[in-house]
Amino acid sequence: MSATRRNLMEGMTPDAGWRELSPAAQVFGEGNSLFFNTGEWRTESPAWDAERCRQCLLCFPVCPDSSIPVAGGKRGGFDMEHCKGCGVCARVCPFGAISMTEHGREAAE
Amino acid sequence: MSRNDRMSGNEAVATAIRQINPDVIAAFPITPSTEIPQYISSFKANGLIDTEFVAVESEHSAMSACIGASAAGARAMTATSSAGMALMYELLYVAASDRLPIVMAAVNRALSGPININADHSDSMGARDSGWIQIYSENAQEAYDNMLMAHRIAEHPDVMLPVMVCQDGFITSHAVENIVIEDDGPVRGFIGSYSPEKYLLNPAESLGVGPYSVSVYYMEIKRQQFEAMNSARAVIAGVSEDFAAMTGRDYGMIEKYRMEGAELAVIVMGSAAGTGKAAVDRLRGSGVKAGLVKLRVFRPFPDAEIAEAMGGVRALGIMDRCDGFSACGGPLGAEARGALYGRAEGIKTVNYVYGLGGRDMRVEDFEALFAELARVRDGAESLRCRYHGVRE
Amino acid sequence: MIEIRWHGRGGQGAKTAALLLADAAFETGMYVQGFPEYGPERMGAPITAYNRLDDQPIRIHSNIYEPDIVVVVDQTLVGPVDVTSGLKKGGAVIVNTDLSPAEVRGMFKGCTGAIHAIDARDISLRSMGRNLPNTPLLAAVVKVAGIMGEDEFLKNMEGSFAHKFAAKPEVIKGNMLAIREAWRGAVLI
Repeated sequence: MSATRRNLMEGMTPDAGWRELSPAAQVFGEGNSLFFNTGEWRTESPAWDAERCRQCLLCFPVCPDSSIPVAGGKRGGFDMEHCKGCGVCARVCPFGAISMTEHGREAAE
Repeated sequence: MSRNDRMSGNEAVATAIRQINPDVIAAFPITPSTEIPQYISSFKANGLIDTEFVAVESEHSAMSACIGASAAGARAMTATSSAGMALMYELLYVAASDRLPIVMAAVNRALSGPININADHSDSMGARDSGWIQIYSENAQEAYDNMLMAHRIAEHPDVMLPVMVCQDGFITSHAVENIVIEDDGPVRGFIGSYSPEKYLLNPAESLGVGPYSVSVYYMEIKRQQFEAMNSARAVIAGVSEDFAAMTGRDYGMIEKYRMEGAELAVIVMGSAAGTGKAAVDRLRGSGVKAGLVKLRVFRPFPDAEIAEAMGGVRALGIMDRCDGFSACGGPLGAEARGALYGRAEGIKTVNYVYGLGGRDMRVEDFEALFAELARVRDGAESLRCRYHGVRE
Repeated sequence: MIEIRWHGRGGQGAKTAALLLADAAFETGMYVQGFPEYGPERMGAPITAYNRLDDQPIRIHSNIYEPDIVVVVDQTLVGPVDVTSGLKKGGAVIVNTDLSPAEVRGMFKGCTGAIHAIDARDISLRSMGRNLPNTPLLAAVVKVAGIMGEDEFLKNMEGSFAHKFAAKPEVIKGNMLAIREAWRGAVLI
């Protein structure tokens, strides 16, 4: 990713005037979804149990936010800046290695 | 250099397109389209242009293809008419708001129903708020000339808006008339090549066009469009000046015809302007202080120019070849009256809806209108809006 | 300004004839208009086409209601269509017909204009082998309207046919024969 937050999002802020916004709201550069912290939208959070995980890798392709990083043929911990907590990964995991927790319930459990 | 020729309005516009030699033309080549795409495909088949001609399956697709091509960085054009333009409406807004300098050859024809194929301005008036620049032509010469100027206007960095060049269906599109055709070389020099600053097929820079824009951004983007349309006034004037320097044919936002000392005047667009001028000549010959204002550019709307042109006019007929069904007049009537408000008040106005579905507008019709305007000037009561040339 | 109104039937080429006349007059340096009255295209239905010819630029864009010349491409239209409607005083009618002068006069009873008859069908069949009445009628209109003289017209048309029929030069001879015959065949009755 060569783009930096600066040149991608320059001027494109909610307080920018019409002169500062790009013409026709054109978006310059690629990969700017990286800069949207969709993790803030989460009301449930996944937890990954590395002990139970068999590294079958069924979870990462179904993640709509690319929030399950894979390196060297193995998945790692969740990217919580972008995970929206949809729970699809927990549904597809055959080994019960991913569990979802509703926010606000952590204390009770 | 130029040559005298004779051709129909369709052939004139097609000739301009051949000279422009755009990168892409996407058009639906059969009814309700015009002969224009037919000419273009023969130019293509004969190797006179190297345009990519995309024969799409509908006008909705034609405008979609133009949007894609223009965003990719191509000079894109289309031609349509009547119901075909109506099928484009949704995409016309997209083209304008994405600031894509697409140029359309529009041949003005009625919309159904009752089913009708003849001339009126309902089709392009339905697109008047789409954000396109609209230029109207009185005859084949103007349709040709306006088309040669369209890209320079559309692609100007201060504008970057699509342009439709309109002419009246059949009345000029299918009528053969004398025309002066400029040589290809100077025309190409005048138009120049198109090198957009940002375009999708630029390998050096990634770009996203037409994003979703939430309320926080949408209105600012519309404000940009307003600015571009407003800037188009000066750009149209500049391009027209350059065109006059090349050809000797001088065009403004409006044309004032015998408005010196005029007490009675009409505002008119398209082919009827010529017929109106003939009527003005006859009336002036018999001492009636008649004049005519022709709107060449409808978008951006020449409000200041109209008000300025009024001079000593006391009664004004505003001629709409389209009924907006506001039940108080047509679109030109509403906007022209708006232009006068606060600028040239006290003029008595009558808004005439005329020429719908190809209803003929004769010199005698104009004479009758001017006679009515004279009575209105002298204090006769008049409807603010009425149909002219309709059987009671 | 000369204003001409053509009456024909869909498919008979009245529109093409009006455009050919505009071409011929343009070649003499005139300002021209040639246009049809458009409607749904229906073979055999009565259609109208128009010409304006002037030495000044033409600005009027309306149909013609008071023509100087009326051309009737198909004699069967006389009656069902009021072909001489609005004909100017001192105007002329040119009718494609194989009827006798007396019959033609009867057809146009009450018409104050000069009546010119031409059997364009016969001329066309003899010179070109097909019924293409446009070409002979064009010659008749040019003659009656006084747009140009015979020699200029023949020279003019030879050039235009050579251009138009570049791909089939064999038809040029027949076309030239047709207009030569038509020039003589159009008679005031």
